[in-house]
Amino acid sequence: MVEINTQFYKQYSAGSIKDSVLQNALFNAQNRLGPATALAYQNLPEGPGLRQKAHEIREFAIDNLDALLERLAAKIEDQGGHVFFAKDARQATAYCLDVARKNSVKMVVKGKSMVTEEIGLNDELEKHGIEVNETDLGEYIIQLAGEAPSHIIAPAVHKTRKEVAQLFTEKLGIPYCEDPPVLTQAARKALREKFLAADMGLSGCNIACAETGHITTVSNEGNIRMSTTMPKIHMVFMGMERITARLEDHDILFRLLSRGAAAQNMAGYVSYIGGPRTEDQLDGPDQFHLVILDNGRSRILADPEFREILYCIRCAACLNVCPAYGKIGGHAYGYPYSGPIGAVITPLLVGINRAEDLCRGEPLCGACKDACSVNINLPGMLLALRAKLAQGDPAWDVTTADRFEKLIFRIWSLIISNRALYDLVRKAGVRFQQVMPFHNGMISKLPFGLNGWTKSRDLPPLAAENFLTEWKNKQPLSRQ
Amino acid sequence: MGCQNKITLFIQCLVDSIYPQVGHSMVRLFERLGIQVDIPLNQTCCGQPAFNAGYRKVAAVAAKRFIEIFESAEVIVCPSGSCVDMVRHQYPLLFKAGSAWQERARSVSQRTFELTQYLVDELGIEDVGAQFSGKVTYHDSCHLLRNLHVADQPRKLIANIRGAELIEMENSEKCCGFGGTFSVKYPDISTAILEEKVSNIIAAGVDTVMGCDISCLMNIQGMLNRRHSKIKTRHIAELLA
Repeated sequence: MVEINTQFYKQYSAGSIKDSVLQNALFNAQNRLGPATALAYQNLPEGPGLRQKAHEIREFAIDNLDALLERLAAKIEDQGGHVFFAKDARQATAYCLDVARKNSVKMVVKGKSMVTEEIGLNDELEKHGIEVNETDLGEYIIQLAGEAPSHIIAPAVHKTRKEVAQLFTEKLGIPYCEDPPVLTQAARKALREKFLAADMGLSGCNIACAETGHITTVSNEGNIRMSTTMPKIHMVFMGMERITARLEDHDILFRLLSRGAAAQNMAGYVSYIGGPRTEDQLDGPDQFHLVILDNGRSRILADPEFREILYCIRCAACLNVCPAYGKIGGHAYGYPYSGPIGAVITPLLVGINRAEDLCRGEPLCGACKDACSVNINLPGMLLALRAKLAQGDPAWDVTTADRFEKLIFRIWSLIISNRALYDLVRKAGVRFQQVMPFHNGMISKLPFGLNGWTKSRDLPPLAAENFLTEWKNKQPLSRQ
Repeated sequence: MGCQNKITLFIQCLVDSIYPQVGHSMVRLFERLGIQVDIPLNQTCCGQPAFNAGYRKVAAVAAKRFIEIFESAEVIVCPSGSCVDMVRHQYPLLFKAGSAWQERARSVSQRTFELTQYLVDELGIEDVGAQFSGKVTYHDSCHLLRNLHVADQPRKLIANIRGAELIEMENSEKCCGFGGTFSVKYPDISTAILEEKVSNIIAAGVDTVMGCDISCLMNIQGMLNRRHSKIKTRHIAELLA
């Protein structure tokens, strides 16, 4: 099982902010990818409005998910593959271990897959003595470093060239060198041996197709193609929402996925896989297994307020524009999914109270909504999550997160409902602020509970007289 | 909407309590344009702080009150993009679909405008005859930019202020890190975002930062003041008046 550390959001964030190397890496990644993706949307022949079309394609798929999954499963089975519907992470990993055991699997190679991070597959396999090799370069780097991905598409975004050079010297025994082509060659050489020796290949699935009965993988390194065709067994893990009805839908979705992920027109490799090799085919696996994972998704599907988050195709464009992600990085979210998508999906998967800080710990600027390749209203869902935390909701097992804050807002609602009372409170504030420390005309230290503000900034004081009173006093008596 | 000779001002609570000069500037500006202003004296807050923190029932109390006070107005103008976004886009969501309150919320929301949006889009005014001497930069507030799509309007108005030189900062559309209660509850993240904004402002080499939302400006001013910077923050109404 993957560790859930969402409760350390504030602590992890503070650590990330102090890490100047990470700050540089995040700044550069966002500056490079954020504007490039926005431009790539603008340059679409159909214009950026194509994302609404993609939204509708995803909406149709999610609204018909049961029928589409049934169709996909039937097709895959017809084509000689095995399909397993996993209710949760435990069932998914148990199925994988079972297949591995039956086939005496000693070593696996893996294409990059966030859903396998979600179920903690690597740890589970290693615990049972199976060697796991990540083959995406970024994933390979962090696996060697013993870390978790910090970005959905660029898992090693937090690592510098120097760190990678040091790591490769230690782990691969090559002479120290910071030249990316040399480092890539070293990884390639090491991985080639793994591809040739692996007994099983694991991959995720970008978007399956119900019409034809295929899963798809999209990559830029060709590693997923090798992982899925060289070993005797190929096992795919897909979140149950990653499907579309028709083959023609893929054109729009992949073009947007590639633009959202890396401002590319299309990723370098797109594979359609529908089962094991047939008798007349020389290449390809003898066994093909598809694990379709629920792990909390049915619950999201059942709630019209959050269903839209299942439209997500994990392009990670939202990470590349989010001001909070840009400062705290992926690890701060305490779960494999990070950035705005993580802030919405993680609470829904692990528990809203448990991931309270993810729901509240961003300024709600809305840049994610503008960047989303399938027009998901991410800020709208963050607001909905906050509403659950404020008011509680038994349907999601949420209790009011902060009773004191709730009380404050109740009192606040009484104050703003009565202008005379509002003015009284304001006047009391004007008096009270006189005892506060000032700096250059502004309050420099607020009392406990509000002092978060004055850690780094001053606060302008309340005006001696407010505007409406001044305005009222200026009016002729007849108008008052 | 055409040219109204009378508008109703919705004065953001922060303007009322902390920056009354912005309210006076609004009044002066519209008087100069020959537009009469009406200002309901019992208005308080639109409810946005409660809404963003998740307290929708509390926000609905504020919304109902706002609707009752403002629904007789033909045109409502406010010096804040986020408050207008609250009224325009969030109020209708606070009430049951198809309810009378939702209908009333919709009706008010359609008549509520942010200051620069009203001047440029509704009145067709880009030059208000203002003067200011200095180098200024403009900060795009998030809700104003992304939810109301207001970006060119203030820039057109600034371009016509005699003596003001507009210098665009790097990433003017990036958030300043305010986010309401977020700035108090997550000060480390808020500060880190704000630091980037302040660096970009300083790098622009200006003496004034302008914006359409006093909340963002208060945040920016807070850090500039802490750092003994001479750069001032001014609401756009102050420079247009």
